[in-house]
Amino acid sequence: MKHFPLKLGFLKTMFSKQAPYVHAVDGVSFKIFRGEIFGLVGESGCGKTTTGRLLLRLIEPTAGEIFFNGMDVTSITSEREMRTLRRKMQIIFQDPYESLSPRMSIFDIIAEPLRIQKVEEKEAALRERVIEALQDLDMTPPEEYIYRFPHELSGGQRQRIAIARAFVLKPEFMVADEPVSMLDASIRTEVIKLLLGLIEKIHSSFLYITHDIALARYMCNRVAVMYLGKIVETGSTEKVILKPLHPYTEALIAAVPVPDPTARRIRVVIKGEVPSAINIPPGCRFNTRCPYAWDTCRKEEPPLVEIEKDRYVACHKYKA
Amino acid sequence: MELLSVKNLRMYYRIMRGYVKAVDDVTFEVNKQDSLGLAGESGCGKTSAALAVISLLPWNAKVVGGKILFEGEDVVKMSDSEIRSKIRWKKISMIFQGAMNALHPTYTIGRQITEAILTHEDVTKEEALERAGKLLETVGLEPERMNRYPHELSGGMKQRVVTAMALACNPDLVIADEPTTALDVIVQAQVLNVMKELQQRLKLSWILITHDLSMITETCTKLAIMYAGKIVEYGDLRYIYKEPLHPYTERLLAAFPSIAGEKTEMLSIPGFPPDLLNPPPGCRFHPRCPYAKEICMKEEPTILDANSKGHYVACHLHQ
Repeated sequence: MKHFPLKLGFLKTMFSKQAPYVHAVDGVSFKIFRGEIFGLVGESGCGKTTTGRLLLRLIEPTAGEIFFNGMDVTSITSEREMRTLRRKMQIIFQDPYESLSPRMSIFDIIAEPLRIQKVEEKEAALRERVIEALQDLDMTPPEEYIYRFPHELSGGQRQRIAIARAFVLKPEFMVADEPVSMLDASIRTEVIKLLLGLIEKIHSSFLYITHDIALARYMCNRVAVMYLGKIVETGSTEKVILKPLHPYTEALIAAVPVPDPTARRIRVVIKGEVPSAINIPPGCRFNTRCPYAWDTCRKEEPPLVEIEKDRYVACHKYKA
Repeated sequence: MELLSVKNLRMYYRIMRGYVKAVDDVTFEVNKQDSLGLAGESGCGKTSAALAVISLLPWNAKVVGGKILFEGEDVVKMSDSEIRSKIRWKKISMIFQGAMNALHPTYTIGRQITEAILTHEDVTKEEALERAGKLLETVGLEPERMNRYPHELSGGMKQRVVTAMALACNPDLVIADEPTTALDVIVQAQVLNVMKELQQRLKLSWILITHDLSMITETCTKLAIMYAGKIVEYGDLRYIYKEPLHPYTERLLAAFPSIAGEKTEMLSIPGFPPDLLNPPPGCRFHPRCPYAKEICMKEEPTILDANSKGHYVACHLHQ
């Protein structure tokens, strides 16, 4: 069982003479078990992308630890050790138009991790691996794609290449940051299915970051909801979605449009927008928009407590 | 009389290798207070059709056939100055795809909205400013925000600003092209609510272009599904949802993960949309269709009223 208990700290950026902090990720702890697909759900600015990048140390944490297979990733200082670790951890980015080098052929893009990690060096072996990767993503016949360049492919096709590149090293752990949000709704399903197939094939553990809670339901075993740098609720996906505890989770679910004109769901859309991560509201961060907020909410920050087995929530409505 | 009647519209793009048949024999209607959802994948021609309606074609695009009748007059036959003075922005306006990112970064939003008003109407600057303030209120923003710059606004607010700009000259028809892409789900819901409210209050007609069918359910009464430059299904939204006739529509509707009730299976559509330079013969959807028969590969199906209730479909299964 591998897990990731991590406390990621504040991230700071400097603004002119003052030094306010952008509390991007403000004390976040969770575990991901081997073979699990764990969802991190929230809107823009909640810190989910930052969390994903922190796990792979693409950004340095200000405080906290990240344990991967029992080893603290944050304490590694040598480049070589980090590179060995990176072979087991990969990432898929959101924007298929930005994450592929326009000057590399599809073959080179997918072969690059193999070359960097010196997994294969002979052209013939590389070619075999690249073709296998393309077939796994239903880009057939693969020979038609290997010498093309990203600009010749559509968004959906590019994202498949990005996924192929991430899986080619058969990593133990992967982070996907909104991998389908920039694709058409009809294309998403196909790409998601391919992704699920690949995860099963190599038995990797997965962190799926998204703002689409409906998709998280489809993809993830367990899910954590983030708001303004903190986790507000976690649990098994079915439980969180069918019986949300935190008012923000409720709001996220209520905001999902349903493609059924006969479903008379009363969509209560909460007002306002997410406050700035520089000036975090006192007390519970969500109190400015929460329909249930009362006095305590404006003064005290609720801790994340376990109210039943594997079910955590940070809200004054609930006691441990 | 219909407000807008598009008949057999053909709009092609000329490129070095030939013609990209982006809009290839498209027919639909929008009546007063109608809200038509124009849905389909990227590249199916929906934005191109909208650009043809408002006559804002790129230099290499041309309407090669068909009519665009607005209040009975054919826009295709009008001169550009006529369209600019009579139709564009005053009768038909558009919220372009990614408009919120196209706001001029060094002009205040008040200045940008008044520019829209002053370009098309003969009013004083003070009048235009007053109207701009009222427009911001209409979309749920405080008029004081007029003095802000685009970078000071969030995505949801910017989308409201471009909506306000589209309403600047009190049009009869607004075309919104992917108005909520790139917005978070809660902000999306807020923007859609604003649009619904506007439609009721101002008695507008809309054409909502999107690849996301779930958004159309919330806001539209009619639906046209486009695929590879053609309309494959068209009619009252409720009938199409209850009984989707075209295999593509069926798959599109099933491509959404369910948030309420039981976890359902998501159906996907294998393959990729065709190349519009050389579309496949016969029905353009046949390479991806689970029910394709021999006739589908040879003959293009015509769009017909399937059950005399105004539910049109272009599919050999229903002819």
